[in-house]
Amino acid sequence: MLKTFRIGGIHPKENKFSAGMAIQTIAIPGEVIIPLSQHIGAPCQPVVKKGDKVKAGTLIGKAVGFVSANIHSSVSGTVVKIDKALDASGYKRDAVFIKVEGDEWEPAVDRSLSLVSECRLTQKEILDKIAAAGIVGMGGATFPTHVKLTPPPGTKAELLIINAVECEPYLTSDHQLMMEKSDEIMVGITIVMKALNVEKAIIGIENNKRDAIEQFRQKAKAYPGITVEALKVQYPQGGEKQLIDALTGRQVPSGALPISVGAVVQNVGSTFAVYEAVQKNKPLVERVVTITGKDVKQPCNILSRVGIPLNNLIAMAGGVPETTGKVISGGPMMGKALASIDIPVTKGTSGVLIVPTLEAKRKAMKDCIRCGKCVDVCPMGLNPTLLMNLTEYEVWDRAEKNGITDCIECGSCSYTCPADRPLLDYIRLGKGKVMGIVRARKN
Amino acid sequence: MENKLIVSPSPHVHSGDTIQKNMYAVLIALIPAFLVALYVFRLDALIITALAVLFCVGFEYLIVRFILKKEPSILDGSAIITGVLLAFNVPTGLPVWILALGSLFAIGVVKLTFGGLGNNIFNPAIAGRIFLLISFPAQMTTWAAPETTAATTDAVSSATVLGALKFAPETMPSLMEMFLGTEPGSLGEMSVAALLLGLIYLLWKRVITWHIPVSILATVALFTGLLYLFNPVPLYHPLIHLFSGGLMLGAIFMATDYVTSPLTKRGMLIYGSAIGFITVAIRLWGAYPEGVSFAILLMNAFTPLINNYTTPKRFGEVVKHG
Repeated sequence: MLKTFRIGGIHPKENKFSAGMAIQTIAIPGEVIIPLSQHIGAPCQPVVKKGDKVKAGTLIGKAVGFVSANIHSSVSGTVVKIDKALDASGYKRDAVFIKVEGDEWEPAVDRSLSLVSECRLTQKEILDKIAAAGIVGMGGATFPTHVKLTPPPGTKAELLIINAVECEPYLTSDHQLMMEKSDEIMVGITIVMKALNVEKAIIGIENNKRDAIEQFRQKAKAYPGITVEALKVQYPQGGEKQLIDALTGRQVPSGALPISVGAVVQNVGSTFAVYEAVQKNKPLVERVVTITGKDVKQPCNILSRVGIPLNNLIAMAGGVPETTGKVISGGPMMGKALASIDIPVTKGTSGVLIVPTLEAKRKAMKDCIRCGKCVDVCPMGLNPTLLMNLTEYEVWDRAEKNGITDCIECGSCSYTCPADRPLLDYIRLGKGKVMGIVRARKN
Repeated sequence: MENKLIVSPSPHVHSGDTIQKNMYAVLIALIPAFLVALYVFRLDALIITALAVLFCVGFEYLIVRFILKKEPSILDGSAIITGVLLAFNVPTGLPVWILALGSLFAIGVVKLTFGGLGNNIFNPAIAGRIFLLISFPAQMTTWAAPETTAATTDAVSSATVLGALKFAPETMPSLMEMFLGTEPGSLGEMSVAALLLGLIYLLWKRVITWHIPVSILATVALFTGLLYLFNPVPLYHPLIHLFSGGLMLGAIFMATDYVTSPLTKRGMLIYGSAIGFITVAIRLWGAYPEGVSFAILLMNAFTPLINNYTTPKRFGEVVKHG
């Protein structure tokens, strides 16, 4: 019996059209736009100005505050301006516009493909390098990695969990990276283990990636302490709490961090970025992006520099299909619908999903028939139909008591509802409201 | 094309499940029982079912269209189910005007005054049946003899199993007859086997879960079984209780009505056990030989309360250190 999490869950159609497509590198255009806010937390302070010459790997935005991450130029050239630019959030926010000239890198960066397995750095030196390189959670949440790898005082990590689940339908960027960079990822894992001072790491991979499971089981033989666990395909297994439950049987209590059960979860793509940062001095300036969709001509996995417009990536996959109704940054369950495809790739862009108009429109909602299917699928054990009603009638105390702030916004409820009720829309709204109330009470 | 992009919050995919799919699955699950009824009662079964469906769908359409002045959604299938279940719950010889009145009560009063599908507190078909049973006790308990029973071809009426059990034990049919379905009774009370086929279909299609039917049937079996241990007379025989009356129909098709049953698994178990318990209590000690519909109706009223007290098991409530 394959392991999985114990409460709720769904199994949407996987539609991994781009699975097995070798990673192709996209050409650098004449100009890139690098947003100064590519992570959860405070936006970066720009440290370049108009007319400055930069190389690939040059720091252009400095982290401000504790939860923040540095931003580097992904290309060599001249800073044209620092101005507002539309990003995946739908807002115009500060970004550095760079005119591309050649492709020159900072001299410290080792761009060779040779594997560097040995790491003699101390825990502190590793964390500093990760922070300097601006690494964030690349599964989409974009939480700064060095913060995550620094457990709060009084807590101690016992176990590192590598999140190689990629439970979102359609997306294959992590899968393909794992197939092509497994040695680097294994070294990355040992470095993160050292940074956390833990002896044990588990790589959790869903059973629809048999080739990756086999490959990592082979590699893991050479690494004591690292094991590979095949998981039953079940959404949202990539959610931290769900993945920890699936792998260890421990449930992170409401409102607590994974560290409360001794676990730290790290995305597999971020682990590769850690390898590159620590062993190759390479900051996080490029990533693998899946371009996919039912009507996309050539679904593919593209290695793209940060700041290249999505437009260019979509062109590489055969262009925007005639039928396009919606373009999503990320997967279909938790991704963000974009208002424009003229926005740049950022550190958190795991994929671009192009949805035909026919599937992009929601159906009209009907009255709740109280079938309880949303209750069955909620991975947090909540009652979505109740939370939607409480939000609709603004009964915040009961919404709080019924756990609205536990919602991980996975969308399983809305996905399942036979009456097409926008459960998550309401719950998301109510969650924000209740969190505000809770914060105000604390102050 | 820039301006034409659709922007909406996640999730961006849907399972494709619809209210209709669930309702039509219930109708499909009722087909085996209907076929048995056709075999037993011949044309009478078809006529009464067709009429009840026609009345229910017709009343829903007319009331929604001309009194509530909204767009009728009769294609969702729920009124069809109410019609079929109502027909399955009444004697085949019921006068047509009484059937029409029952349909009007079920749809007009029980369902639509509360706001239509999803908002009704009581199961329309059950409330309709009980309305008729109380209003027309004579007509509602005159059971036509099955046309397949050779020995009673000249009989115009005969006692149901539970009636016989309570008032004239010597006329009881055998357990096998009850399981296959040739004993006297309403359309839906015929074959236990056919109803169980329907249950298997509903479970396989994941329209319902096992919790409600199993908790009802298990409670009935346990309760009567205990009594039978102390006093082994047919009145307490668990299998007779399981195989007779509307228990199977009620447990599989009426107590599981989404709208009027609890949301959580724990709630479903409480609800089902209570229905089983009340059913047996009425059957053994009440004035009526049959108690399933009263039990379900009563527990429908408790569903909001059960929902309030049985919250689902939250993630992280139990911290297991493995």
